[in-house]
Amino acid sequence: MSNYRIQGATGEWEVVIGLEVHAQVTSQSKLFSSASTEFGAEPNAQVSLVDAAMPGMLPVLNGECVRQAVRTGMAIEAQINKYSRFDRKNYFYADLPQGYQISQLYHPIVGEGQLLIAKDEKAGIPQDKVIGIERIHIEQDAGKLMHDQHPTMSYVDLNRCGVALMEIVSMPHMTSPAEAGAYVRKLRSILRYVGSCDGNMEEGSMRADVNVSVRKVGDPELGTRTETKNVNSVRFVMAVIEQEARRQVDLIEDGGSVVQETRLYDPDKNETRSMRSKEDAHDYRYFPDPDLLPLNLEDAFLEECRSSLPELPDAKRLRYTGELGMTDYNAAQLTAEVETFARFETLLAETARQAGKPEAEVATQVANWTLSVAPGVIKSLGADARLEHNTAAANAAILQMVSAGTVSGGQAKEIYEIVLKIGREPAEIAETEGLKQQSDTGAIEAEIDKVLAENPDKVEQYRSGKDKLFGFFVGQTMKAMQGKANPGVVNELLKAKLG
Amino acid sequence: MSVDKQIVAKIASLARIQMGDAELERMVPELNNILSWVEQLGEVDCSGVEPMTAVIPNTLRLREDAVNADPLTGGDRRDDILANAPAREHGFFGVPKVIE
Amino acid sequence: MTNITDLGVAAIRAGVAQGDFTAREVAEGFNANVAAASALNAFIVTTPEKALEAADKVDADRAAGKPLGSMAGVPIGMKDLFATHGVQTTAASHILEGFIPQYESTVSSNLWAAGAGMLGKLNLDQFAMGSSNETSYFGNVISPWKRSGGSNAQMSPGGSSGGSSTAVAARLAPAATGTDTGGSIRQPAAFTGITGIKPTYGRCSRWGVVAFASSLDQAGPMAHDVRDCAIMLGAMAGFDPKDSTSLDLPVPDWEAGLDGNLKGKKVGIPREYRMEGTDPEILKSWEDGIAWLKDAGAEVVDISLPHTKYALPAYYIIAPAEASSNLARYDGVRYGLRDLPEGSGLQDMYAATRAAGFGDEVKRRVLIGTYVLSAGFYDAYYTQAQKVRALVAQDFENAFKECDVILAPTTPTASFGLGEKTDDPLAMYLNDVFAVPASLAGLPAMSVPCGVNSEGLPLGLQIVGKAFDEQGVLNAGLAIEERARFTAKPEKWW
Repeated sequence: MSNYRIQGATGEWEVVIGLEVHAQVTSQSKLFSSASTEFGAEPNAQVSLVDAAMPGMLPVLNGECVRQAVRTGMAIEAQINKYSRFDRKNYFYADLPQGYQISQLYHPIVGEGQLLIAKDEKAGIPQDKVIGIERIHIEQDAGKLMHDQHPTMSYVDLNRCGVALMEIVSMPHMTSPAEAGAYVRKLRSILRYVGSCDGNMEEGSMRADVNVSVRKVGDPELGTRTETKNVNSVRFVMAVIEQEARRQVDLIEDGGSVVQETRLYDPDKNETRSMRSKEDAHDYRYFPDPDLLPLNLEDAFLEECRSSLPELPDAKRLRYTGELGMTDYNAAQLTAEVETFARFETLLAETARQAGKPEAEVATQVANWTLSVAPGVIKSLGADARLEHNTAAANAAILQMVSAGTVSGGQAKEIYEIVLKIGREPAEIAETEGLKQQSDTGAIEAEIDKVLAENPDKVEQYRSGKDKLFGFFVGQTMKAMQGKANPGVVNELLKAKLG
Repeated sequence: MSVDKQIVAKIASLARIQMGDAELERMVPELNNILSWVEQLGEVDCSGVEPMTAVIPNTLRLREDAVNADPLTGGDRRDDILANAPAREHGFFGVPKVIE
Repeated sequence: MTNITDLGVAAIRAGVAQGDFTAREVAEGFNANVAAASALNAFIVTTPEKALEAADKVDADRAAGKPLGSMAGVPIGMKDLFATHGVQTTAASHILEGFIPQYESTVSSNLWAAGAGMLGKLNLDQFAMGSSNETSYFGNVISPWKRSGGSNAQMSPGGSSGGSSTAVAARLAPAATGTDTGGSIRQPAAFTGITGIKPTYGRCSRWGVVAFASSLDQAGPMAHDVRDCAIMLGAMAGFDPKDSTSLDLPVPDWEAGLDGNLKGKKVGIPREYRMEGTDPEILKSWEDGIAWLKDAGAEVVDISLPHTKYALPAYYIIAPAEASSNLARYDGVRYGLRDLPEGSGLQDMYAATRAAGFGDEVKRRVLIGTYVLSAGFYDAYYTQAQKVRALVAQDFENAFKECDVILAPTTPTASFGLGEKTDDPLAMYLNDVFAVPASLAGLPAMSVPCGVNSEGLPLGLQIVGKAFDEQGVLNAGLAIEERARFTAKPEKWW
């Protein structure tokens, strides 16, 4: 249970949240026509006769969209319905040429599933929590209206019309903005792992309808909920919940009551407002689409869906902390985004290969490099970083030199900078740019002897028990070696000499 | 179940068919006639019967995900799409301004 | 030589192939008949140039020794429910007046590919909703038939394919396409003394056919005899990947399979079709049909289709429900009529456009359909109707364990005068009482002319077959045709 509370005049309130996430299915062509789904075309260029609902046009189902919905269902451990059906949701709007949206009300393709949001105390999630998912169904997206191009007309562009969406409906299991935020991020991560949606919220590939209600803490009854439509970022989802919960509490405490209605979020004003234009007595008259037959999924199809699933975020995280011995933090960071773990795993394999060691032995080094060192260098270079030079082979070669003690951490960064700017071989850079550290005990010993000779008083103090001074001797030696001595060797030699 | 003028008005509004008073009044008995006749279906014992969803046993085929696989169901035919439009504006369909 | 326009599909095709006459001569003959028959109002648009163009191509192909298609040289009428590229397609509704499709329906494409040509677009009941062809925005179609004894009353050609039935009966076209949702091929065929078959649901693609009720709509041919229907159905049918309900089955050579010998076949006579109020002359024609099929070698068995009585009310829930949704696309945004009263918004535009664009019968059915699907009524009406539909289909399945085809009247009465039934929609609906059960079950069914009644009006007999067994239906139809020797023709008055 989250401890998110709204302080009202009459006491503490809690919020109950359910999310309906609309995720655009990754496919080349539309759900029921072969027009392209590509983003950013000329208006009405990617519209087929079917999408424009010309008389006599008929829908034919895109198998890839079915496959992606099933794979997504499998990724949230959901029941896959071998029998599902398409229904028509009837309403009139200029972005809906058929006068109905083909969706799945009565028999969705995916039934109940679940998703885990990880404990994140800083964010206010005190422990891992399982969020139930009620269903996933497939449906058509609508077209777009533009209202600002003409004084008396709105313009209709049907390019998006008929693009496949998955509607992923959660149960009302979330009780704080943080949980809702974590849910959307986790869902996005799973969709991107699976490859069923690009998760690009800016381009509208993912958007959420946020259902919010409030109740007095401990009240078993759910309050009346509102639905805020088309919220298109994690931050806004959280903001909607905060605003809506506050508004509802204030409303109830002022003696009013919450109306079940559709609302819209205005990010500029950070407030939700009623969408009265959509409130006109909804009666969608759902019925099975007679142009389509029931969808029966065969075992072989389901088997292909299952076998094509990649390792999913939770499993990967467990493997990283278990087999690879990584910290929870690193594992969580590395598995959050597809790009991150992909880069990490490629580099891990290459580093293990170059080092001739098992992956587990180099994993922590590669993780630190991937999460903090490399991004830091790339960021500091800005536009000077040429990412085509950023190969796994080069990165692994640098890491290999570090673990062999040939270069120091600082030198590794310098070498990496040169690699990114110019793209030379790391070993050659280390050699020609003098970016190698000294492991030659003779040279180091000579410098240590000098340091000790120059500081007899400190040697005395150390020997009489002032252990902290060890760091001073290391520092002096490294300075004398111009930072190029291998710190491990320096430590060993100093210990021996100081006795 | 029978309909009155108010219900017919509501249905007509759902169906987006404008109807004046006289027309609504004329529709009431006509619709009630038909509705009371179809209500004999209530006599049929349908316990255990699944509503029909496919007339001829047939399974839904899945299409290959290929863009413009058949030009008749593909895009890239904006002129055809707009050819019959009552208001065609810069490649868009024009409709009276919608306030959302 | 006989008049070319008295010939049917098979004879025209043979004559063209043998060089007895050219396809152009055929097209010219029918174009002339069409032009002279405007009093029948069978066509919404005539396309004589299309007929000639197709004919010239056939003549050229023949001259070049190229193989000719199964409909080569046959000009036909196209029901105005099929989208035709570049030719106005209206479904006989004001709301689509002026709509020029940029595409061609699969069925019409198939026909053109088989060498047929288009004489024009045939009038029909608006959106195929009607049984008398009195709901067209473009005016009633008038049957070429008159009651005997010098009656001047204009008779109904049946509906919704009334333009098709009139055109064929009046020899304006040797054949025409029809569509059948609840009898719209069979009933007009029966009313006008011609032959028409609705194949198994899914045989003919619905792609490019203006939808009325998707789970019922099925195209089929209307022609003079069984052979012509077999030929034309062969050209129309076939798997179409653009229609999810299209049957992925090879199209049999129905013409080659024609055989009127029914030895070893069982014909079922459904006792529930002996309904009260059925015209005694219709019952008599049914008895004739039974005798003819026995004569053809068939064994006649009594069968029961217990839910027959409920088929029509179920149909009048399902078809309007689907139609209310199918017709939502006619909204004045992308094509067709737009009625935009001064200062009105989008939703007002919809309501005004649809009010102005749809005729009364269409509005009535859209309202019924909207009502039966609306919140709180869906289960009582729509779900119940689909359950009854399942029972109706089950009845047929059981019956076909005992017989190969079913024989019944096509209609409860012969044709009636225009205007005689328009005041009572329900009485009009009852005209399809015998036709609708096969539609609900998606089964192939045809009407074959079997004689004329005491008023000189044609009567039809209906044969219903098992799913996919068009051949069985055609063969039983042929057996009746061979024995009925129907030769009556309407006297030319137009």
